[in-house]
Amino acid sequence: MEKAKEAIKENSMIIQKNMLAKQFHELSQARELGRKVVYTFVPGNLTELILSFDMVPVYPEINALQNGMRKKSGSYIKDAEKIGYSEDVCTYVKCDIGMMLNGNIGPTGEKLPPPDLLLLSYTGCFTFLKWFENLEKMYPGVPVAMLHTPYQEDGKIAPEQLSYMVRQLREEVIPKMEQVSGKKYDEARLKTMLKRSAEAEDLLVKILESAKNVPTPIDAYFAGVYYIGPIFTAFRGTADAVEYYTELWSEVQQRMKLGLGPVTPEGEIKEQKFRLVVEGPPNWTNFREFWKIFYDMGAVIVASSYTKVGGVYDMGFRHNPDEPLESLSKYCMGCYTNMNLPQRVSMLEGYVKEYKADGFLINSIKSCNSFSAGQLMIMREIEQRCSVPVGFIESDLVDPRYFSYANIKNRLESYFQMLEQRKAILTEI
Amino acid sequence: MSELINILKECEDLAFDLHFTAARKWKAEKAGRILTGYLPVYVPREIIHAAGGLPVGIMGAGDRKQIIKGDAYYQSYICHLPRGVIEMALDDNLDGFDGFIFPAICDCIRNLSGMFKLSKKGSFQRYFDYPQNFDPLTGGTFYREEMQKLIDDMVKINGAQVTTDKLNKAIALYNRNRELIETIYNIRQEYPWRLSAVDTYHILRAGLVIPVERHNEMLERVVQIISKERGNPMDNIRVVVTGSFCEQPPIGLIKSIEMAGCYIVDDDFMLGSRFIKSAVDDATADPLGALTAAYITQSDFASFYYDIGNPKGKRLAQLVKRRKADGVIFSAASFCDPALLDRPQMQKECDEAGIPHINFQYHESTGQFKVIKEQAGTFSDSIKLWV
Repeated sequence: MEKAKEAIKENSMIIQKNMLAKQFHELSQARELGRKVVYTFVPGNLTELILSFDMVPVYPEINALQNGMRKKSGSYIKDAEKIGYSEDVCTYVKCDIGMMLNGNIGPTGEKLPPPDLLLLSYTGCFTFLKWFENLEKMYPGVPVAMLHTPYQEDGKIAPEQLSYMVRQLREEVIPKMEQVSGKKYDEARLKTMLKRSAEAEDLLVKILESAKNVPTPIDAYFAGVYYIGPIFTAFRGTADAVEYYTELWSEVQQRMKLGLGPVTPEGEIKEQKFRLVVEGPPNWTNFREFWKIFYDMGAVIVASSYTKVGGVYDMGFRHNPDEPLESLSKYCMGCYTNMNLPQRVSMLEGYVKEYKADGFLINSIKSCNSFSAGQLMIMREIEQRCSVPVGFIESDLVDPRYFSYANIKNRLESYFQMLEQRKAILTEI
Repeated sequence: MSELINILKECEDLAFDLHFTAARKWKAEKAGRILTGYLPVYVPREIIHAAGGLPVGIMGAGDRKQIIKGDAYYQSYICHLPRGVIEMALDDNLDGFDGFIFPAICDCIRNLSGMFKLSKKGSFQRYFDYPQNFDPLTGGTFYREEMQKLIDDMVKINGAQVTTDKLNKAIALYNRNRELIETIYNIRQEYPWRLSAVDTYHILRAGLVIPVERHNEMLERVVQIISKERGNPMDNIRVVVTGSFCEQPPIGLIKSIEMAGCYIVDDDFMLGSRFIKSAVDDATADPLGALTAAYITQSDFASFYYDIGNPKGKRLAQLVKRRKADGVIFSAASFCDPALLDRPQMQKECDEAGIPHINFQYHESTGQFKVIKEQAGTFSDSIKLWV
């Protein structure tokens, strides 16, 4: 493996980096600043609601993935296993628990504050429930607000599911937030935030859909995870997020105008040989090496399911200030992993066709049954419906023991060869 | 005594008949009858009964069927149960079933519901979402609506009228079923040698594939027989086995625990049949309300049931005390996130309550039990010698 070069950064990347650094710094000072801290999850998060109470959110999955990228997750996972967590279970959970056992020092090296509220908004992932049951026992006495998000069993959001969600928000979540923050629910403030959310969401969709262009100006998976960062986490509903997406959209437009390809850590991709749709989360422990395998082979990702894990905005959903609680509820229920398998297949089929993809690839994650269970059937369905070559690789989120570089590279090289041969055959025809 | 042997033989055959011959025969006997398969753990079987259906528990293929096609649908790091179920669905094992219910216990079972939808197996494939909000008006309303969806699914097939009377009768039958099962466990608590854990398992599992009326008759006879002394007491310790509520351990594993010197005085193997811990109101004008209240206020602890305010570990410790058990065996299926993520905290609760425990993992087709037997044997010896 080559040593990674210093990454090339665009202005939007620098803006995001500064946003994150500021956020982690503020978190480390939350106690001194008198800010209450809410631990919650990315899919189906209630960021605007949390911020409307002047509380600050912490996302354990983000800490885990950041620890993965900074090579800290391996030892945290082992520490969690030493106290009884099985090798078989989700490594995000073990990384988080390991981090706690080691003083709760966040990915940036600053100590994270303990929670004042555990907001268990569990959307599309059953493990979230188990995760917070564990955290509740590790932070005894911290109130837990449970928001049970019903699954889109029938492939749509039913009126009774919406009522159930709104009722939980009104009767369980908001009263607990009022109690912890000492502030009253301020709907006008929430509406202002939701308006900003929708602005940022409009911009994000334009950015993601720019990949329909040939050549694509973005990579919708490896770069996509950066693009979704602010809107999926602590910044949705803020002016900072709107500013970030405005800048990013301007950069993407500029690249489209100049016919430039996606920016990678080693510069712009010059030749786009393969356009792929990817299903599943990325590996975080070896993110740069993983991405490099793709851009070295001229493979760009034009659409991905992972960038919909915190909202399927390209399917039309927007936060709506005119119906704040209903809108938050629909958002939670609409996230990708809360969609049933037929919905997921239809969405991916649409991506392959609309984004003119040459192939469909699954990165199957050992830790994440929410994504992984059923993926082989999804793969067969896409192969049948779209007649494109499909590929399958396996890794993990943040457990470095499950990233086998040579194995993944071999598989991907074979897959790219298959795509190349197919292209040659199609050209001859 | 030969009567018990006959019952046990019949139950063993029923429990592992992966073609569900008895259920199919029941369906064929009368027009309008339907078979509704359900995955672990709990569904309110009363509503299926009232809709003219037979609830049939699909507990996986275990070690009774070679998995070939199923392995092509699941990665190595996903538990075994769904691959066995897919194998059965792709073969003819589940032919004749009218619909399938996938209770909300984990992401694997949830996504399996989608796989059944994609393959259009049965007339309906229903993910049955348990509310994790236990306010009667909020979570209760949601649960009631989930039950209504199931009723609608079934009624669409056979046009049955699900009346209050039929629901109350079904509730009474299942109340009796739960009562008899509890009686067996109570007898075994005092006299575990009278009926082995394996035999108990067969009896309970047989109840998942036959009409409740017939199962109740069997249970009545078993209770009568084991109310009298039989068998020989052994110098065994008493254990509670927990964590095996979904993918089932192979019989060899249960047998190994017993042979290693442990009487299993309680377990969660067939948790769905025992999930409601006390009688449900069967003389009510609102039976769906009674079933809702039962789920919300009378449920057992389980890894799929949100436990803040009523922690599972504490309830496990209470169960150990009530059953006068000497220790706990945490026995979870490999890659079972719910059971394995509960385990460390439950072990901690056991430590705090001074309850010895061991743990191991299995999969439904595990074939080697030597290590487990040695581990259980050492556990038994250590308790006998030192506790």
